[in-house]
Amino acid sequence: MLSYILRRVLYTIPIAIGVSLVVFTLIHLAPGDPLSAVVGEVDQKMLAEMRASFGYDKPLPVQYFLWLGSTLTGDMGYSLRTGAPVFPTLIAAAKNTIAIGVGAAILGFLLGVLSGLVAGYNHGTWIDKTVSSAAIAGVSMPHYWLAIILVIIFSVHLGWLPSVGSGSGEAFWSWAAWRHMVLPVVALAAIPAAIVARTARASVMEILSMEFVEALRARGLSERRILWHVARNALPTVLAVMGLQFAHLLGGSILVETVFTWPGTGQLLNMAIFDRDMPVLQGTIMLLALFFVLTNLVVDILQAWADPRISRS
Amino acid sequence: MKRFTFKPLVCAIALGTLAFSGTALAQKKPLRVGMTLSDIPTTTGQPNGGGEGNRMTGITLYDGMINWKLDDAKGPSTLVPGLATEWNVDPKDLTRWIFKLRKGVKFHDGSDFTADAVVWNLDKLYKKEVPQYDARQAAQVIGRVLSLKGWRKIDDYTVELTTYTPDSTFPYQVSYVYYSSPAQFEKLGRDWNKFAAQPSGTGPFKLDKLVPRERIEMVRNPGYWDPKRIPKTERLILLPIPEATTRASALLSGQVDFIEVPPPDFVPRLKAQGFVVTSNIYPHYWPYYMSFREGSPWRDLRVRKAVNLAIDRDGIVKLLGGLAEPAKGIVDDSSPWFGKPQFKVKYDPATAKKLLAEAGYGPSKPLHLKILISPSGSGQMLPKPMNEYIQQNLKQVGINLELVTVDWEGIRNCRRAGAGAPPCHGTDGINNSSGTADPFSAFTRVYSSKSIAPKGWNYMYYSDPKVDAMIDKAMTIFDEKKRDVLLGEIHAYLVDNAVDVWVVHDTGPRAMSSKVRGWTQAKNWFQDLAPVYVAD
Repeated sequence: MLSYILRRVLYTIPIAIGVSLVVFTLIHLAPGDPLSAVVGEVDQKMLAEMRASFGYDKPLPVQYFLWLGSTLTGDMGYSLRTGAPVFPTLIAAAKNTIAIGVGAAILGFLLGVLSGLVAGYNHGTWIDKTVSSAAIAGVSMPHYWLAIILVIIFSVHLGWLPSVGSGSGEAFWSWAAWRHMVLPVVALAAIPAAIVARTARASVMEILSMEFVEALRARGLSERRILWHVARNALPTVLAVMGLQFAHLLGGSILVETVFTWPGTGQLLNMAIFDRDMPVLQGTIMLLALFFVLTNLVVDILQAWADPRISRS
Repeated sequence: MKRFTFKPLVCAIALGTLAFSGTALAQKKPLRVGMTLSDIPTTTGQPNGGGEGNRMTGITLYDGMINWKLDDAKGPSTLVPGLATEWNVDPKDLTRWIFKLRKGVKFHDGSDFTADAVVWNLDKLYKKEVPQYDARQAAQVIGRVLSLKGWRKIDDYTVELTTYTPDSTFPYQVSYVYYSSPAQFEKLGRDWNKFAAQPSGTGPFKLDKLVPRERIEMVRNPGYWDPKRIPKTERLILLPIPEATTRASALLSGQVDFIEVPPPDFVPRLKAQGFVVTSNIYPHYWPYYMSFREGSPWRDLRVRKAVNLAIDRDGIVKLLGGLAEPAKGIVDDSSPWFGKPQFKVKYDPATAKKLLAEAGYGPSKPLHLKILISPSGSGQMLPKPMNEYIQQNLKQVGINLELVTVDWEGIRNCRRAGAGAPPCHGTDGINNSSGTADPFSAFTRVYSSKSIAPKGWNYMYYSDPKVDAMIDKAMTIFDEKKRDVLLGEIHAYLVDNAVDVWVVHDTGPRAMSSKVRGWTQAKNWFQDLAPVYVAD
């Protein structure tokens, strides 16, 4: 198990370097000038001078290695638009995204696992049909649309919850701050809840049809014990899906964060794209990609723990 | 004999007390504003974020030597003294301007505003070797102050600014430069990033709190030099809410008191629920700039007139919920620069068809035009539906309009590179809204052959010696009224030659709670939030 973990950790290094190369290349392949959105109405001569002063006149490989070198030391440069250092900006945004991402993960996974388990175990009943219909609706519903509907109902009509910002002026451990999280968390939780519910339902149904379940019943185990065995066997598949969904949530949602003006990585990425703010764009995409890499690493380890056959293979 | 009475005296004292209390006591309730920007505009002096950036963190925290008159909704917005009380060109040397500075003005940190601060700030923008040079601030403004050649202090309250050539529009350019505190910059270790968090200008508001991407809170500057602009609210909170529906929802649910640009489909509901919606035409136009390069169909005046006559501008205004004005040229007809054009920009599809036929286009040989458009962008209004509406209009007179969509920066890249350049994707024109606040923005940078891209912003490659001569002459007329007459002639000439496709002028809608008081929507990109407050 230990050697498996070590091997997986070592694999992440070339993956991270590969990701950095892809991120850098894709951003620089996009048409347009990195400074065009940042500068005001200047002519080409001024633009060339500005480009040189920001180092964008150097060959791309040189720019890549300079960026990679500084990124490895935690210096991701400065935002072209605001002049603020990228790393602290990213950390502040990531904290906000993690706050709603974790909230949405807890809500979505709890709902998804429980409802999927119950639906799979009660296959064909009205409970199953209700959960399946809700899951289809959850997967099909664009979360930005749900976000707008939530705003209209709970913010505009009922006036219960705020629709804008993160409540940054309030103490973190206060309802005044937490109420800002409720609507974004619900909007974000809908899709993972539905996907996890569908996966859990399918896995439970598949495992229930296996022979060992019959054997367990034949040995006289209680239904609760049987369900525990089924759940344990369904776990690796559900975990893999939850891992991906968790990485998605931590990556932030451009649309949901924009609707709620939530200052997370999604909103930061959106702004960086519109502003062509290369250092922020590179840093944010790199961070999001690393979220995926690290989450996959953790999921792989958890899967190996849940199903030892994986580490042995 | 008439008896002496104390009544008038008592009334006078009461009125005086009221008037005094009106300026001295500010409203405790904060004024919360939902901006369309996705982030707080920069606070170091020269804000980013275009016109909105300037009105949110520019004229709130800072002043120019010359400011804009923003307390009148009717007349065209004009220049007024700011940190300079007067400015004059030297009659013996028309490139030499003398600015007399206002005495007694203090930066928010308590240091004095003097000629040294003016020189220091201009060095900040133009001299790369000085410690205060800031490329980011320079990038926001030097493209608007192209005539400035040199500057020097004459005495503590007098500065001399020189231009490359005589330029009567120079005061407009000067108005774009704001003045940051040199003392604060030194105090913060010569670090503009630290200065951004603790800025010090001379403006009516002081920064209290800045949470990047979330909010900026400003408090009133009770010692502001202009008593009329001492803020009526204790606290101004600016929130970036780029999503239009969210912005309107925030207003409806009472999370903000005032929003910029409510979405048109929310306007009836806002009005029905007692919110106030204001709009006013301002120096903005939404055109198609077309290529005049060799081989372009746009070189034919009949084609240019036909396209202008084929567009149903009233229909577009309706599409925008009434929040626009049909354009009759570059500037609106209340502008002193409108002049007397003979060609009337209106909807006349029959004449459009006739002109196209004369130009050799018809059902057997339809005119094909390809326009570069963006899905959004500063001042672009609702580009997609507006362009599709025009596409339908043109189809009715036999013109096939192909729309090529790129992002907003793609449009700017094309405009900067000029018609026919690779970023323009083989299009005949671009849909790029523009400002016309000053003669340089309205005419020189767009229509002078000296500004042909990539040197300047004349994307079209438009070159007409007559226009060049008129623009050059206008630069040398220092009598404003006489210059306005000539600018009117330039405008009339450009309209008569149907140089662009003029569609609408934006009216900059704002929506606010019925408790908001003191709002005047000037005909300007900039608006003054100092007199605005939320009543109890």
